[in-house]
Amino acid sequence: MSAATLGREASVDLDAIDCDIHPEPPRRADLLPYLDEYWQEAATTRDVDRLDLTSYPINSPLAMRPDWRPQPGDGTSALDRVRRDVLDHFGLRFGILNCLYGAQAMFNEHFGGALCRATNDWIARHWLDPEPRLRASIVVSLQDPVAAAAEIERLAPDRRFVQVLALAMGEKPLGRRYYWPIFEAAVRHGIPLGIHAGSMVRHAPTQSGFPSYLIEDYTGQTQGFAAQVLSLIAEGVFVKFPGLRVVLIESGVTWMPSLMWRMSKDWRGVRTEVPWVKTPPASIMRQHVRMTTAPFDAPPDPADLGRILAHLGSDEMLLFATDYPHWQFDGDAVLPAGLPDAARRKILLENALQTYPRLRETGS
Amino acid sequence: MSTTAPERARAAAGRLSIVDCDIHPAMRTPAELLDFLPERWRLHVQRYGARVPQPFMGTLPYPRMTPGNGMRMDAWPPGGGPPASDPDFLREQLLDTHGIDFGILQPLPAGSTTMDLDLGAALCSATNEWQLQKWCRPEPRLRASLCVPQEYPEAALAEIERRAGDRAFVQVAIPPRTIEPLGRRRYWPILEAAAAAGLPIGLHSAAYGQHANSGAGWFSYYIEEHFAFAHSLQTVVTSLVMEGAFERFPGLRVVIIEGGFAWAPPLAWRLDQHWARMRDEVPHVKRPPSEYIREHVWFTTQPIEEPENPADLLDTIGWVGADRLMFSTDYPHWDFDDPRFVFKVTLPPEQRRAIFGANARALYRLD
Repeated sequence: MSAATLGREASVDLDAIDCDIHPEPPRRADLLPYLDEYWQEAATTRDVDRLDLTSYPINSPLAMRPDWRPQPGDGTSALDRVRRDVLDHFGLRFGILNCLYGAQAMFNEHFGGALCRATNDWIARHWLDPEPRLRASIVVSLQDPVAAAAEIERLAPDRRFVQVLALAMGEKPLGRRYYWPIFEAAVRHGIPLGIHAGSMVRHAPTQSGFPSYLIEDYTGQTQGFAAQVLSLIAEGVFVKFPGLRVVLIESGVTWMPSLMWRMSKDWRGVRTEVPWVKTPPASIMRQHVRMTTAPFDAPPDPADLGRILAHLGSDEMLLFATDYPHWQFDGDAVLPAGLPDAARRKILLENALQTYPRLRETGS
Repeated sequence: MSTTAPERARAAAGRLSIVDCDIHPAMRTPAELLDFLPERWRLHVQRYGARVPQPFMGTLPYPRMTPGNGMRMDAWPPGGGPPASDPDFLREQLLDTHGIDFGILQPLPAGSTTMDLDLGAALCSATNEWQLQKWCRPEPRLRASLCVPQEYPEAALAEIERRAGDRAFVQVAIPPRTIEPLGRRRYWPILEAAAAAGLPIGLHSAAYGQHANSGAGWFSYYIEEHFAFAHSLQTVVTSLVMEGAFERFPGLRVVIIEGGFAWAPPLAWRLDQHWARMRDEVPHVKRPPSEYIREHVWFTTQPIEEPENPADLLDTIGWVGADRLMFSTDYPHWDFDDPRFVFKVTLPPEQRRAIFGANARALYRLD
């Protein structure tokens, strides 16, 4: 029995919404039925099969918790395992699928767009149809924001798609006007923008180039998330789109107060540079930005956790997630020790219902 | 253990001893530095400039909000020249007014980032000589940073070798936006030489580097760029830990300058948690990352984070460790921190003494 399984009960009834579940990404054979003839041939003759992101090497401890790794010959499907390990085990009301797949990172925006559309159709058919507790993010090719907006339009009538997904590190900071067609479509359909850890690797992940190790790349994702929050606020996205919610997914949590404090302070000094930003950035973050809880990057002493929540100054920013099957916690310790009970309930369920209006719709 | 007369006077009066760890000395005209360059490089700079990786020649990539590229409006010397270019006025407006016992110079000329490595080496050497001649020799309260061309390790080692014996130099200065993360092997000879010389490495936020200022590309605004300086420093800390630099060079100490510090405890927690699961990727990292950070990394205070509830900063100070924070003003820049008002919350007297002066005195061996 590995460390990860210790402390695991038969099941735990959280009645929660898991805002970050990763389906096993599709292979070419999965997507072929959803590609037209041209892209079927391209995917086949050009050997585009697995497009796993460099951000998540499949055999690394990060990518899969040991007891969630499928055993050879156990005969379960990927969907069976999501049901068994998370939906049933934690007694979830809903789980949101965020498909981490290289289609989002392709250099050829036409190819990337075709693979994203196919991925979304495959998710609807093979995950959402058979499992009513699952919801999904729309994956799009951000290199072409107009096409991405069109993909949101195409899928929005399917109420099981609850969010549009971007990676933390792309081609340009997300607040840039270039991306606004995406936000316009998202707001029109009442879906948040989810920003997930990961990079399209258009730029070095740090201002000093590429670090040597995965652990540096992964821990440094917080820089990408902070950059996107800075950009969305400074460029006036929340002024232009007051209804937009942004969910930072797999972002870590505890770095956020330091950004709030500094950006509000800097704004007091240099706000003439961004005159459209009328309120302190920390207030804008509390109103518009949400973060999932795995990883949390909690302080070692649980007694300090309450201080972090006080620094955040809001109990509405945090959304529960397991980040399945990534290894972020052991056993059933889905949330860090030291969370006050009132905050716990909001984090497990209520905040997600507020953030994702489509989860409040019943009888789907 | 000699002390200066003003120091003794202040001690007698029970005043707080203040060390300012971030002062930006300026040239009255660019020609001032050229005087310290050999003829060959003087001609080169006149003809080709000192080119750094950014679009604009001779000014900053993100224009600041006040004249002089982000200066304090009241720091322009009455006798002319840009802020912090007149030693008498700096002495009066900064050192005397605030009772600063020691000030650490952080020169910002382009030597460390210029693309021509030989020119960079010459500029670093000129900057070092200029600090001595213009500032430290006439004003013993001021100490210098030993600028080195970190992308040209042989020249950097020669410069350290030449000057480390001069106690006016209290640290080796490297901009955090190096071409590769600072813990990578190309920089080890410099890390080793600094540790051997007993000099900390001072990493001051830098306005240019060869990579985009976010992993998602270039920002549009100064308000974004300014915060993201902290990211370049997070990269330094992460890289030094994960490359095993602190294992390899136990005497290595680094100072994070003008990057704030509230991000440091969450970074340490995050590194610890992911190291616990992925330590087989970095077997040379023997202990939890937070332990290396706690032992080897110091932080200057400006631009200090200002929580909406000022008392929240006490949590952060406790997590970082009051023995690792060192007061700095960033004179003469617009976001200068005044020692009288920098903390919006009352610190315990012991922490106050440590942060305002004692930590820097011990680290830089100022007494």
